[in-house]
Amino acid sequence: MNRKYRINSGILFVFILTLGFLTACKGGKKASGEDLSVKVPQDNTEILQDIKQAERIFEALPSPLESAMLIKNAGAKFEEGVLNPVSRVNSYVTNKAMALNLGVYTCDLSFASLYEQTQLLIDYMNAAKKMADGLGILDAIDEDDINNLEENINNTEVIMDIVSQTFLNSNSYLEDNGQPATAAMVLVGGWIEGLYISTQLVDMKDYNGNKLVSKIIDQKLSIDILLNLLKRSAGNPAVDELMVDVAKLKATFDKIKIDTTPVRPEYDPATNTTVLKSQVKTDMTPQIFMELTEVTAQIRNTIVK
Amino acid sequence: MRLIKTFILAAFLIFAFSSYSYSQCKAFAKKECYPELVKGGFTHDGNYHAAVLIEGEEAELYKTFYSDMEYRVAIVGEDKLPAIEFRIMDTNKNILYSNKDKDYASTWDFKLESSQQLKLVIKVSSFNQPGDTPASGCVAIMFGFKMKK
Repeated sequence: MNRKYRINSGILFVFILTLGFLTACKGGKKASGEDLSVKVPQDNTEILQDIKQAERIFEALPSPLESAMLIKNAGAKFEEGVLNPVSRVNSYVTNKAMALNLGVYTCDLSFASLYEQTQLLIDYMNAAKKMADGLGILDAIDEDDINNLEENINNTEVIMDIVSQTFLNSNSYLEDNGQPATAAMVLVGGWIEGLYISTQLVDMKDYNGNKLVSKIIDQKLSIDILLNLLKRSAGNPAVDELMVDVAKLKATFDKIKIDTTPVRPEYDPATNTTVLKSQVKTDMTPQIFMELTEVTAQIRNTIVK
Repeated sequence: MRLIKTFILAAFLIFAFSSYSYSQCKAFAKKECYPELVKGGFTHDGNYHAAVLIEGEEAELYKTFYSDMEYRVAIVGEDKLPAIEFRIMDTNKNILYSNKDKDYASTWDFKLESSQQLKLVIKVSSFNQPGDTPASGCVAIMFGFKMKK
């Protein structure tokens, strides 16, 4: 009896451990048409065939740092008034609000750091830390990061590196700990904030030929990536709500025309860099821009309220 | 009682194993992939794309790249994996770059005349040794950027 019990425990142990190995596999596989049946392959050829069909998809949105860099490159001036005030930090208590505002504050932090707003960037780093701590993200931003930031407050390169590392810590923790919906919301929050800041900084008197406007048009290229990223977590109520908002944004982006000639790679041996050559024609009327600005502001204000 | 203890122990081990393998991937990405960006003077964008892939497995990544930037993509797999092949394609599926032609180089530097959404297809090649258990390990994909000169 005792022996039988031990065998059963052993089987249970092995079963649970096997289950653990299987569930440890990271998400991101195509959800549709998943075959959940168990099949014992005869040889490696069959295993490899199964593997080939098991495609993993990554949707990469521009990070908050990249968004802030695009705004700076476009020649926009810094305006503190467009950022989400750090005084609101204590009002974000739900998982959704903290995730979205971790993205928002990281974008604001990136923006402040590129414009060498020393005190602001420390305030925004603390706000982002509060959001990350609230989400239970261990060691995303620790005291050493804050100290390092203070010590290198005038060194933009080091600061960008710290911002990049803290964002990496946050989203890798969420992805690796089975929280893709939260990870997606952080990315979406950062992307919306970047779009919001860009639209707010466009001077309508200088609309034609405005470099910032062309960067806003470029965001159309990411809207489907954004929707696909959210679709992976469809069924999560917070994500479903966001998808409704993003669909409104897509409807406006769909009114913008982008025509690109075929891409032709040209390798430059002197710099070991390939130039992807192509011409683009875009069309976004001021009316569509105003509509985009309004829809973006509505979504962003819902996020930060 | 013993059954409960066994169950708790198993649950603990599962949790520990999962966390270990995940943090291993993140640690691998930071240790092996990130330096590939830094040594070219690129700033890592802060995004994290890494997964445990198996011999023969493919992954895809979609990203928009902007005309104002110079980019470096770094794709690195653990030593126990065979070579990692990657191809970059435009939205019309034209192959713009394949590292297979460059002896499976782990990085590619590029810039764009106009912003584009590109698709990266990453494939773990195969050791082609029938009978062996397929190798598996972390593959990290990272992007770095800098202002276009």
